[in-house]
Amino acid sequence: MTEPSRFFDEMLQADGTARHPYTSYCDWFGAEDLRDLRKKSTDAEQFFRRTGITFNVYGQAEADERLIPFDVVPRVISGREWARLTKGIEQRVRAINAFLYDIYHRQEILRAGRVPVDLIAKNDAFLPQMIGMAPPGNVFTHIVGVDLVRTGEDEFFVLEDNARTPSGVSYMLENRETMLQMFPELFSRIKVQPVSDYPRDLRRSLAASSPANSSGDCTVAVLTPGIHNSAYFEHAFLADQMGVELVEGHDIRITDGKVQMRTTQGYKPIDVLYRRVDDDFLDPLNFRPDSMLGVPGIMDVYRAGGITIANAPGTGIADDKAIYSYMPDIVEFYTGEKAILQNVPTWRCSEPDSLAYVLDNLADLVVKEVHGSGGYGMLVGPAASRKELAMFRAKLEAKPSNYIAQPTLALSTVPILTKAGLAPRHVDLRPFVLVSPNRISITPGGLTRVAIKKGSLVVNSSQGGGTKDTWVLEE
Amino acid sequence: MLGKTAGGLFWMFRYLERSENTARLIEAGFRIALTRADGDDDEWASVLQTASVAHLYYQKHEQIEAAKAIDFLLRDLSNPSSVMTAIAQARQNARLVRTAITREVWEAVNDTYMIMKQTLARPVSQRDLPEVLALVRQQSALVRGAMHGTMLRNDIFDFCRLGTFLERADNTARILDVKYYVLLPSISQIGSSLDNVQWETILRSVAGMRAYRWITQGEASPMGIADFLIFDTRMPRSLAFSARKIAANLAYLESNYGMRQPSHDLIDVISARLTHGTIDRVFDDGLHEFITDFLTDIARLGQQIETDYRFLG
Repeated sequence: MTEPSRFFDEMLQADGTARHPYTSYCDWFGAEDLRDLRKKSTDAEQFFRRTGITFNVYGQAEADERLIPFDVVPRVISGREWARLTKGIEQRVRAINAFLYDIYHRQEILRAGRVPVDLIAKNDAFLPQMIGMAPPGNVFTHIVGVDLVRTGEDEFFVLEDNARTPSGVSYMLENRETMLQMFPELFSRIKVQPVSDYPRDLRRSLAASSPANSSGDCTVAVLTPGIHNSAYFEHAFLADQMGVELVEGHDIRITDGKVQMRTTQGYKPIDVLYRRVDDDFLDPLNFRPDSMLGVPGIMDVYRAGGITIANAPGTGIADDKAIYSYMPDIVEFYTGEKAILQNVPTWRCSEPDSLAYVLDNLADLVVKEVHGSGGYGMLVGPAASRKELAMFRAKLEAKPSNYIAQPTLALSTVPILTKAGLAPRHVDLRPFVLVSPNRISITPGGLTRVAIKKGSLVVNSSQGGGTKDTWVLEE
Repeated sequence: MLGKTAGGLFWMFRYLERSENTARLIEAGFRIALTRADGDDDEWASVLQTASVAHLYYQKHEQIEAAKAIDFLLRDLSNPSSVMTAIAQARQNARLVRTAITREVWEAVNDTYMIMKQTLARPVSQRDLPEVLALVRQQSALVRGAMHGTMLRNDIFDFCRLGTFLERADNTARILDVKYYVLLPSISQIGSSLDNVQWETILRSVAGMRAYRWITQGEASPMGIADFLIFDTRMPRSLAFSARKIAANLAYLESNYGMRQPSHDLIDVISARLTHGTIDRVFDDGLHEFITDFLTDIARLGQQIETDYRFLG
């Protein structure tokens, strides 16, 4: 169906036959009519719009609600592949939590010289207010998204860690819901592991992290910056699915040493706050004084053990792309094992030799800001114009420590449905991990992001990427 | 439930009710304009006044013209009671309370918004107007249906209903407030027939034409119409009916929360006046005064509910 390419295609092998996990799907697809499938694809879009699964785009005159394109061809992962991935993810998440605890306590890893002190001390994501904090079970990051890319049959790499506030889980759930509605027959033919337990698991995981002195029933709430936030749909969706309140800063006040929400029957204490508000905005008394989104004084209650904040403030330090480059060391330092999941080789431009190499090979590399996210402020060398390359060269020379560089990875492809039939597009994968004091659970699947533009390697929704349902097969 | 959520539900349903009521007002005004020979635009002035937006209209336009008035009532986003504003506000509130309403209610509201946004993207010609107004009514029935069919009968439901009936009571009272002079005996002497067109407007604005004819076998009298719209508890848009519903939903909240609030006392006073009052007494004491008092009471009740249930911080 497609011409052989230098990229690993997850569905089709060089000879045009289906790879093992896709055999049943391809049998089914072969018997389908392309026009019918195209129509389903349009139906899906209508479904998303009606359901209100939209995101707001920043920096536009009218706060428009946009749809993230959804592709009806699933991304399929075999049970065996998944089992190996989950081992690696679990190991990594365990190490990240141990690292965060350490960084805010004795800083053994800095003393041992495995991570440079400057990377922490000079990092804005490091919060001095968190020093000495021990949240219940020493869990700092309760909800983690680990971004993975694939380049071959057995080659998976971690592209970045999202220990701060990973988003996109609502798409994982709604994509599956949409596929179940559109193609029920596929699910009776192919045994796919369910993702629908996620909201229940999330609530349990959060409740299990409640403060030691909270009494009886644990009250969980989701804190959103409000209706204009780009991920508002997701915040409302998760609160709804968990059956908990969705609160904003102005619904909350602090009385009697507890964080309380204003209900129709008076103020009611919250034990665990799943916050989708950034650290900076969380508490105007302790962080940005101009924040209207947060709760004044919540950090003081938090430090006194009166509430659990998930994820803990200050976890962003683990998302830093300079820290990322040390992740194999970090995993080894805290678990005593070699990292199961590989990192993408990374040049730290703060180091003169690396910088020289990066400047010499700029056209072949991907350069990222160490604190950046969402695909903003990055350079994809092979796709960049001479002007862009020159601009980035100047930026690198001006502030080298602000950047890291990585080889341009040959990201795997999975076909999407186009007017002309199947066409390969690059994908990544964000599995979602829940951490509570007593267990780590990983939902089988995750969010597959796909670059809709032919040849594009950038999958971020803010840059025109779409999503696919991700199937992990029962084995 | 969060106070903010209660407020969001209350306003979501107020705006939904308002969108429907504004559509009915346009429908009544349009019909009268069509059936009138002299073709003056007085009727639109009174429609704008009923919707309490006449002053806003004059900020944009010098004179009353049918096409401008219709557009202002239907599509103008600077008019807080236009059909489009009300639907957009209802949907904005629905997004805010997404966790408190069922998927079906949300989809009905969201659909309504998307359909109306498209339909009202351009000015509506007089030719298409009846169809567009019918669409507003249908969509509003759809949301109501989804709500009745899928929502739990708990405090969430109570706040939705409070919004609906407070808005409706207010709306019916405003129609009477603007038109009360038509119903006064000084203008149409007892025994003389009322200006058909005028009383038709009133009844059409509250979708009560057929019902009133059916009840009175076609005999219209000013006092009869006033009685029908104020005291008749069979009439779903009358003041008495709306007050009864408000009282019932407040009573559910009282027993559900185990707490009596000042708003309960307020509705008791309003209800008593409607239960024990008679139309003769109202006319003796002054219809206009009665309506003005009622509007004040309803506004106070709305504010009291907002305070009692902590809609705002």
